Amino acid sequence: MNLSRPARITVRIAAALGFAVIYVPLLLVLINSLNPDRSSGWPPPGLTFDWWVDAWHSSGARGALWTSLKAGLGATAIALVLGTLVAFACQRYKFFGREAISFVVVLPIALPGIVTGVALNTAFRTVLEPLGVGLGLFTVIVGHATFCIVVVFNNVIARLRRMPGSYEEAAMDLGAHTFRTFVDVTFPLVRSALVAGGLLAFALSFDEIVVTTFTAGPGVQTLPVWIFSNMARPQQAPVVNVVAAVLVLLSVIPIYLAQRLSSDTASGSRI
Amino acid sequence: MEGMAIRLQNLRKTFGRTEAVAGVELEIADGEFFSMLGPSGSGKTTVLRMIAGFEAPTSGTVELAGSDVTRLAPFERDVHTVFQDYALFPHMTVEQNVAYGLKVRKVPKPERLKQAREALASVRLADFGTRRPSQLSGGQRQRVALARALVGRPKVLLLDEPLGALDLKLREQMQVELKAIQREVGITFVFVTHDQEEALTMSDRIAVFNQGRVEQVGTPAQIYERPATPFVAGFVGTSNLLTDDAAEQVVGDRATYSIRPEKIRVLKESALADEPRHSRATGTVAEVVYLGDATRFLVDLDAGGRLTALQQNLETSSEDVAAFRGSRVTLQWHQRHNFRVPGTR
Ligand SMILES: Nc1ncnc2c1ncn2[C@@H]1O[C@H](COP(=O)(O)OP(=O)(O)OP(=O)(O)O)[C@@H](O)[C@H]1O
Ligand SMILES: [Mg+2]
Repeated sequence: MNLSRPARITVRIAAALGFAVIYVPLLLVLINSLNPDRSSGWPPPGLTFDWWVDAWHSSGARGALWTSLKAGLGATAIALVLGTLVAFACQRYKFFGREAISFVVVLPIALPGIVTGVALNTAFRTVLEPLGVGLGLFTVIVGHATFCIVVVFNNVIARLRRMPGSYEEAAMDLGAHTFRTFVDVTFPLVRSALVAGGLLAFALSFDEIVVTTFTAGPGVQTLPVWIFSNMARPQQAPVVNVVAAVLVLLSVIPIYLAQRLSSDTASGSRI
Repeated sequence: MEGMAIRLQNLRKTFGRTEAVAGVELEIADGEFFSMLGPSGSGKTTVLRMIAGFEAPTSGTVELAGSDVTRLAPFERDVHTVFQDYALFPHMTVEQNVAYGLKVRKVPKPERLKQAREALASVRLADFGTRRPSQLSGGQRQRVALARALVGRPKVLLLDEPLGALDLKLREQMQVELKAIQREVGITFVFVTHDQEEALTMSDRIAVFNQGRVEQVGTPAQIYERPATPFVAGFVGTSNLLTDDAAEQVVGDRATYSIRPEKIRVLKESALADEPRHSRATGTVAEVVYLGDATRFLVDLDAGGRLTALQQNLETSSEDVAAFRGSRVTLQWHQRHNFRVPGTR
């Protein structure tokens, strides 16, 4: 597309502003995590790793990180299994209510987190509590899984839509039974979509806060929740910066990998 | 039954309200090159998929080598398919693709590599084993698909318009090669096409499909010279029919007659009716099409209707040919080429 010169300049400035709004604050967090001034004075009077060391020794932050990892991995695992199964069902089989199912699976990502949170909270308390299962890590995992399923589902179904069913038919035609076909042909062809979906799901879970607040029991704190409750304390501000920086890094990596994986396969030849 | 590779009995398949296959009866002999010819949507692919086991018939039975396989899965049938889109596994090399069927059947690795290489050599792709399917041309992919399906020596090979995606030259070359391979390995080929020329040149026998039914089964000559139904007469070759009044005047019988264009001679109007047992009709040349090796004349008959006549260009050139347009001619052909289409008045 050819743009006139003024238009080109305008577009560039708009793009630069957009990126600045998103990324300058993130950069500030990173810089402030190295800022020796406890109240994040500007410009930073020097460079220090004290806060990183403090954060490392802060049992609250470490516990929260651990909880977040467990929640993320748990939710991702559930999402991978259920999301993949539903995607296969919707893509490969015709059945009554197929459209409805795929709509219902995708819906949670569009619902406001607070609605999902409140709804799950009520549901868990009325269904699980009588069974002796209180709110805790388990309920957080289930809560996160509701929206993690969506990204796995979307990734897998997009791959299946682009993949002609004749690959699997060819395998069966050559004598491979159903399971063998899945192992030799279907799985290798959807693997990168699964990994991409899983990484995105993990990233989603890792920085989720609203649903977590409603589904976590008293003693359970994920990293974002920990940050949120410590932000107001000036004493903790530098450590919060460090944790936030870690959170940024940990979310960027999976998303970067997921993008590379899906663009790899979008070009078709290498799956 | 002895010598029968495939037997289809009263085979039906409905998708929702569409009746894709509406009662097909076919017997295909061992070692035969059998084509299924028909217009788009006539149910050829669906029949093929029921033979391979990808589609379960709504009713009817599929027999392979005398045993009923109607309820068996694709991997339980001794049939391999060459898919229209080839369906080569993109994550495997050419060699792995070809060896896959052997691997599944637990043929030891050295043996299956040897067989895969031989199969690749037989389709002249010996040096392409380590490539990915995406690094091959259309014609090469097609040959890999063929090698993959042939390597396990199935009793029956099903081919669904395997030459559809190729350009004319490669297509003709592959037709010759396919036929040679079939003769060599002696496997039964069931070949789906909607290209009548392809079917006529390659097949031992042809089944002409129309709207989920088989209209006629026969050798290429039978199908071409003696179409069993008006549909076959119209679909195979150029539709060249004399009907009603024209048939009455020219042939002397009020029915539908089919005359093959190459049997008709184009003469000057004044030519004398000296040859016995010939049908003659006068008319005006409406259109002349120069085809290089031949010329096609479309003649509006005085008796009504239009006939196409095909003349070899033995002496004529393109300039001479154009002069015929609008001129008066007499068409003449031997009476034995008047073929009365069955099922007509
Ligand atoms: N999976 C399906 N679901 C619904 N209808 C189908 C399905 N497969 C085929 N049909 C219908 O069945 C009819 C026969 O289809 P089929 O693919 O067998 O035709 P074909 O003779 O192979 O045509 P072509 O030469 O275009 O490949 C068509 O009307 C088609 O729309
Ligand atoms: Mg077809």
